[in-house]
Amino acid sequence: MNVHAVRAIYGFEMARTRRTLLQSVVAPVISTSLYFVVFGAAIGSRISNVEGVPYGAFIVPGLVMLSLLTQSIANASFGIYFPRFSGTIYEILSAPISPFEIVLGYVGAAATKSIALGAIILLTASLFVPLRIEHPGWMALFLVLTAATFSLFGFIIGLWADGFEKLQLVPLLVVTPLTFLGGSFYSVDMLPPAWQTVALFNPVLYLVSGFRWSFFGQADVSVGASLGMTLAFLGGCLALVTWMFRTGYRLKS
Amino acid sequence: MPPIISVTNLSKTYGSGFQALRNVNLEIRRGEIFALLGPNGAGKTTLISAICGIVRPSAGTISADGHDIVRDFRAARAKIGLVPQELTTDAFETVWATVNFSRGLFGRAPNPAYIKATLKTLSLWDKKDSRIMTLSGGMKRRVLIAKALSHEPQILFLDEPSAGVDVELRQDMWRLVRTLRDSGVTIILTTHYIEEAEEMADRVGVISRGEIILVEEKAELMRKLGRKQLTLQLQAPLERLPPALDAYRLELARQGSELVYTYDTQGERTGITALLRDLAAAGIRFKDLQTSQSSLEDIFVGLLRERA
Repeated sequence: MNVHAVRAIYGFEMARTRRTLLQSVVAPVISTSLYFVVFGAAIGSRISNVEGVPYGAFIVPGLVMLSLLTQSIANASFGIYFPRFSGTIYEILSAPISPFEIVLGYVGAAATKSIALGAIILLTASLFVPLRIEHPGWMALFLVLTAATFSLFGFIIGLWADGFEKLQLVPLLVVTPLTFLGGSFYSVDMLPPAWQTVALFNPVLYLVSGFRWSFFGQADVSVGASLGMTLAFLGGCLALVTWMFRTGYRLKS
Repeated sequence: MPPIISVTNLSKTYGSGFQALRNVNLEIRRGEIFALLGPNGAGKTTLISAICGIVRPSAGTISADGHDIVRDFRAARAKIGLVPQELTTDAFETVWATVNFSRGLFGRAPNPAYIKATLKTLSLWDKKDSRIMTLSGGMKRRVLIAKALSHEPQILFLDEPSAGVDVELRQDMWRLVRTLRDSGVTIILTTHYIEEAEEMADRVGVISRGEIILVEEKAELMRKLGRKQLTLQLQAPLERLPPALDAYRLELARQGSELVYTYDTQGERTGITALLRDLAAAGIRFKDLQTSQSSLEDIFVGLLRERA
């Protein structure tokens, strides 16, 4: 294991975050606060409790998950795409470092940033609404697993993209809509029966549901299903990234 | 002593069908400066990229210091430093950060004293806290060299090191390369600046259309393929040469005021003594003479012309 290399990549990526602190941390915190103002205070005051939880608190896990997903993807995809774009990837490819170590460095850094951001958003949320976490261990597990999985997914997007437009394509056109439709701001039970069935095909629903369960002990789907879906997506991403390195896809000609 | 780099039957065909390398066999000796010459698109960068692990060979094997670059990639790559042709740098990083990053990437523990010495050697020390994007092109080239040297490699690839640099930096770089060679580093440089190879190389390889067409000691190459010319400046211009001198295949130049005699440096007899005697016998007087040897560039152009 080339520990120095993993540390170098990890440190490089974290240094990039420190350079762009305003964009990396402050912006997501502001946008989350705005969600609380709009959904929690303005709209939430007209909605009664959802499954016994005040609406303002109910949306917190969904909001954390929304930021976690988008930031994990954005951080990891940009992290690997930019060296490809600038040409500095030659150094990574010629270094004595295995694909696993490359992924560990980039995805580890992206996941760390997302988890830190998730924690900041939770702290911000606690300023607006009273929060309780019934299963803190599970909450931490879902947080870490989701951050790692979607950072890996972002890494794949960063390898696949051949332009900045494609880099934004999947997060904007696929992930954000799925997150909004995945029960971030509502319980699936609030949907008409037909749409409840459709919603079960949305993988993000399982992530939000599991995460929300760790807070309030209530879920749209079983915790096992949530964990299974997260692990299945993680496994799929691992298989895809392995194939990409094995074939040199978009990395080596 | 075994070669430090050994390339065997290496071929590379890109996805587009373009065959960049054709059955290349090459051995680089430990501690030498090897210049790989070739026109644009000849396959120089592909060959270097294959050795460094950036390009996947279609066939063949490569070893660096006895380590197969695929099976034993960690040991092989740890020996190699690469200065790419393009000025590809992390624009927003400082010089100090990016050079230390490279050292870590190649598996070496931090060594600020070594990095400091490297930056000082490359006249970059006073720029260590500058962001790379604020540096001139020449400075960026130095940063790339510092990055390549950061992990103390035994083999250094310089891909077109003089591309776009001024004369002063070029000469600085040549000095640095010699210093590195003296410290035991093997240097492989690709260039299409013949004077660079002529100035620095111990051996020269010529690549054309993906094939190595010649590998030779530079001095031996110039001795074998180099031609010498004797130019005589005549006291009075000649309209034509007397038939008695036909055997020398002389050329009249500068409106008949110069006679040019081309001879083989390998021959036991150059024929100069006989020529001067026959010129005197023919009543042709000269006021001055000079000899010149063909440059590596002349040899290179000649080789490529032969292959065309």
